[in-house]
Amino acid sequence: MNFNLNSGFLFLVAFIVVVFVLAQSFFFLIKAVRQAKKMKLSPDVVKSTILSSAVFTIAPAISILLGVISLSKFLGLPLPWIRLSILGALTYELTAAASAAASVGVVVTEQITDPKAFTTIVWVMTIGIIPSVVLIPLFLKKIQGGIVRVKNKDLKWGDLFITAIFLGMISAFLGVVFAEIRSGLQGWIPVFVLLFSALIMMICGLLLKKYKVKWIEDYALPFSILGAMAFSIFITNLIG
Amino acid sequence: MKKVNYEEAVHVYGRIWMLSAFVMMLMIPTSIGVYYGAWPELSGVVKGLLGVAPIFWTVAVIEIITYTPMLGSGGSYLGFVTGNLTNLKVPCALYAMENAKVKQGTLEGEVISTIAIATSSIVTTIIIAVGVLMLTPLTPILNSDFLKPAFDNILPALFGGLAVVYVSKNWKIAMAPLIFMITLFVWIPSLAHSVSVLVPVGSLIAIVVARLLYVKGHL
Repeated sequence: MNFNLNSGFLFLVAFIVVVFVLAQSFFFLIKAVRQAKKMKLSPDVVKSTILSSAVFTIAPAISILLGVISLSKFLGLPLPWIRLSILGALTYELTAAASAAASVGVVVTEQITDPKAFTTIVWVMTIGIIPSVVLIPLFLKKIQGGIVRVKNKDLKWGDLFITAIFLGMISAFLGVVFAEIRSGLQGWIPVFVLLFSALIMMICGLLLKKYKVKWIEDYALPFSILGAMAFSIFITNLIG
Repeated sequence: MKKVNYEEAVHVYGRIWMLSAFVMMLMIPTSIGVYYGAWPELSGVVKGLLGVAPIFWTVAVIEIITYTPMLGSGGSYLGFVTGNLTNLKVPCALYAMENAKVKQGTLEGEVISTIAIATSSIVTTIIIAVGVLMLTPLTPILNSDFLKPAFDNILPALFGGLAVVYVSKNWKIAMAPLIFMITLFVWIPSLAHSVSVLVPVGSLIAIVVARLLYVKGHL
């Protein structure tokens, strides 16, 4: 079989993966919506959750698409499409592909022509990312059980505990934005973008609380992201 | 009673879906190998894995411990198959719970988080699929120098807005980990590449501070 990074066969594999991911997502969506009905959660809340999650997802999803495009120069289109549709993130995939490529002596700047090198890369990317798929079925119930125990013991502390975990995560990602500030004004660009995003969120909060613009609640975060992304183009051109 | 039923069902179905995902993921390299008659040498795979597995596997464990309490069971079974957790699924689920005024760790939170993650997964998958099919006209636009800064800065754009929502509400808990992280990254910028490994450090600081403040009655 002639090897081709963009063969019909590889696209077929990608198609099967996409169908699987969509099937699982719809399965859980339908199950959760039914449960929401049973619990008499307001249909408006369910509707606005779906709408705002969909709008929120657009910008990050396009950045994932960019990841597929950048990896496709080296791996063809179907493989990055597969990898970023199921349990992927660009930072992982790029590192895994680069590490595997180095181990078989190919460079990540040219399209792969050797099928053996290609399968090596696919195996490394797969095994590198697979532990969560094994660990979650084994331990999730136990972890959730532990959380429930903490909560049952002291309800308020249980809530604070989960909030603290999240604040720890958000701190790490806020902190990382400051990593380049010592490299000069350009290194401050991510900080300015962060502050601009925060500013839009505050304006949205003000519109909601003071002027009762109720609909803005669901779209405040997408607005902040898109507004700050637009601002980053402006500020980069200004000082970049 | 309802709570037990739904959550038990989520664990059963979640495990089935995840096991299927596991088999499918292994079938991808296997089928490619069979189709092209090309099998990798074990040494190549091991060498490649040595470069990534120690970090990836550690991050996987960290992500499971950090994210599963926030995402709930259904959200975790789904989010850990569809991926892109930090940059998409986790913020999406948390924001949805915030807007719906439900708490993580409750049945209402569980349901809203699952709806948010499922919707986000569907939209992401569709956007990528459409993008791949329309690649020729889209590539020059998406890869343009004009748009590059926007995509380079997507994480600060996302976390800036989120920070206002969460840090302002819990600033007493947030200050210590935040100051620690900013100082650390300014001091050692190269740590930016291992930010995932630092998440539990931030969480641990936040938990300790929260506990101290709580015991002293400041929260």
